Amino acid sequence: MSVFWALCRQHMVLAWRGGHTTLAVAFLFIGVTLMPFGLGPELALLQALAPGLLWVVLVMTLLTSLDRVFQADYEDGSLDQMMLMPLPLEFVVLAKLLGHYIALVVPLLLAVPLAGLLLNLAPAHLPMLLLAMAAGSPALVLLGGIGASLAVSVRRGGLLTVLLSLPFYVPVMIFGAGATQQALAGEIDATRLAILCLFSLASLLAAPVAMAAALRNAVR
Amino acid sequence: MTENTMPKPQKKFLPVPYAKPADLQLAGVACTRGMRRLFEGVSFRLKAGDGLALYGPNGSGKTSLLRQIAGFLPLAAGTLSIADKAPYGVHFMGHADALKNALSVGETLAFEAALWGAPKAKDPLLDTDRWLTHLGLEGRAWQAVGDLSAGQRRRLALAKLCLAPRPIWLLDEPMTALDEAGRHLVNALAGAHLAAGGVLVASSHVPLDFTTDALTLGAAA
Amino acid sequence: MWKALENISAFYANPTRFMNLAARLHAPLWGLALCVLAYGLFRALTVPEDYQQGETVKIMFVHVPAAWMALFGYSFIFAASVTALIFRHPLGHVAARAAAPIGATFTLIALVTGSLWGQPMWGTWWVWDARLTSMLVLLFIYLGYIAIWQAIDEPTRAARTAALLAVVGFINVPIVKFSVDWWNTLHQPASVSRLARPALHADFLYPLLIMGVGFLLLFFALTLTRMQMEILRQKLRTRRMLGQ
Repeated sequence: MSVFWALCRQHMVLAWRGGHTTLAVAFLFIGVTLMPFGLGPELALLQALAPGLLWVVLVMTLLTSLDRVFQADYEDGSLDQMMLMPLPLEFVVLAKLLGHYIALVVPLLLAVPLAGLLLNLAPAHLPMLLLAMAAGSPALVLLGGIGASLAVSVRRGGLLTVLLSLPFYVPVMIFGAGATQQALAGEIDATRLAILCLFSLASLLAAPVAMAAALRNAVR
Repeated sequence: MTENTMPKPQKKFLPVPYAKPADLQLAGVACTRGMRRLFEGVSFRLKAGDGLALYGPNGSGKTSLLRQIAGFLPLAAGTLSIADKAPYGVHFMGHADALKNALSVGETLAFEAALWGAPKAKDPLLDTDRWLTHLGLEGRAWQAVGDLSAGQRRRLALAKLCLAPRPIWLLDEPMTALDEAGRHLVNALAGAHLAAGGVLVASSHVPLDFTTDALTLGAAA
Repeated sequence: MWKALENISAFYANPTRFMNLAARLHAPLWGLALCVLAYGLFRALTVPEDYQQGETVKIMFVHVPAAWMALFGYSFIFAASVTALIFRHPLGHVAARAAAPIGATFTLIALVTGSLWGQPMWGTWWVWDARLTSMLVLLFIYLGYIAIWQAIDEPTRAARTAALLAVVGFINVPIVKFSVDWWNTLHQPASVSRLARPALHADFLYPLLIMGVGFLLLFFALTLTRMQMEILRQKLRTRRMLGQ
């Protein structure tokens, strides 16, 4: 068990030190800032679109950050070592993704309210938005991890990771962004949240197996 | 070193003998990379205390054979058996040193100890200094790994071999980038490992002192 | 029966034997495919006019079978990948790789014909109708699969990675379909009508099925041809590598 937490901590330390956290949060804000330039500064319009826009920018930020999760290890030989550690590869993958989640996704979720401010997000929508994002983000990280692990042996495989992960993201985004659209002020859309949690749970069970298979294939 | 005998293991390196003596056997192993057959019919048996040196020209499949034993690469033919294999009984040291540039040397040691399941030390700081001295990296605990020279990185990569004892060592060109002191270190570590009942397979372009047997790949091609 | 199938597939795992079989099947398969398609088109074009949608409904005879083939194509890739990964049949990778661009093209045809069909009704060239949206996501799934073959240099590793993607991605297809359907029913503005399928009485059903069969035969003919091309390409590569 301590091997699991050591891996998790190592990934977090590397993410913080490498500036990935700052970069991701900055990317979130930059993405959100681009929206008014594209859509016009009219606040009413931005407010109507804000939850969806925030979901899109969050997804894009996650996708661009995920391709480095395994690639750095593949390049410096750590992937070989991970296969020999006293922990099954599936759990190694989970440990790294948990580290990624704590180091990157949690700060992103904390930054969303601020970013929402830029888009004039209605305060009433914020709780539902955050709940939906919190429920769906494990699925996003795990499913994106599948794309990242398939593309790990490709140098500059960032775009490939995005292309491979996007079809998996469509269902999560439909329910995630939809949760905010439909919810009235302060109301919790339980069905959608439940489905998001279901996606996250299912990904938690299935994705590590797929990722481990892809990584074993890359190491050959 | 001019002697041909294995260097006597120094006291400070003497590990506790491995509980289950290692036993590694290959029979008729072949390897295919892409569409080329690299080698076939490789057979040997290593019992506790045996060290095999792998020689051969570039591209003859030395690294591939090591990766097959480690389990990364499947066997194209033949069998590989490791007697009494506790799961995770292999250490693999490849060309890539698997070090993270952003970490300091001390942190690397701490993480390696945790990742490989090394027994917890009573006083971690004291332990770090001890290991650094063993590895010849005294006083570099706070130095970033990215600032180390190639030889120093190789020394640090040896850390996991010391921290977590495992009966089978697979070393891919262990003498690369090491100065004379570094080569002494590898000889001493390997000698202690074999004395404790482990086995090792090491590929190399230069003759190795700590091995008891040799196999040359690509010779019959 | 399983044993017989196993023996047959093992027999044809040898590329040379497969090529012999393929050479014998090539002409008849193409001939049959083109004949069925010709007949199907004839039946489709002579179907009585639909009072609601007039002539444009005839696009359905291309759109619907193309959509069927788009889904069938990915199922074929999944089955071939499973055969290659789990049963270690060497032709599985070849078959999957060969079928991918064909399935992708059928998806594209389904999208374009769907857009053409709907344009007179909607007034625009695209709506986020449930079926069209699912087809679009399916197109990206195909593109991702093809991208792996192109991105990874080493052929054996590319083959295994692509097969893994196909197997893992297959479960996603029904999930996407379900999600998009739900998403669409909630967002449906009243003014936009969906691609209404006319009531399928016999006049429409039979030509549709014939076109479906024709497209299926076309799919297999194209895939077989591409498999032959791929095997020849591999032979050429091996010869070059051995310096012949």
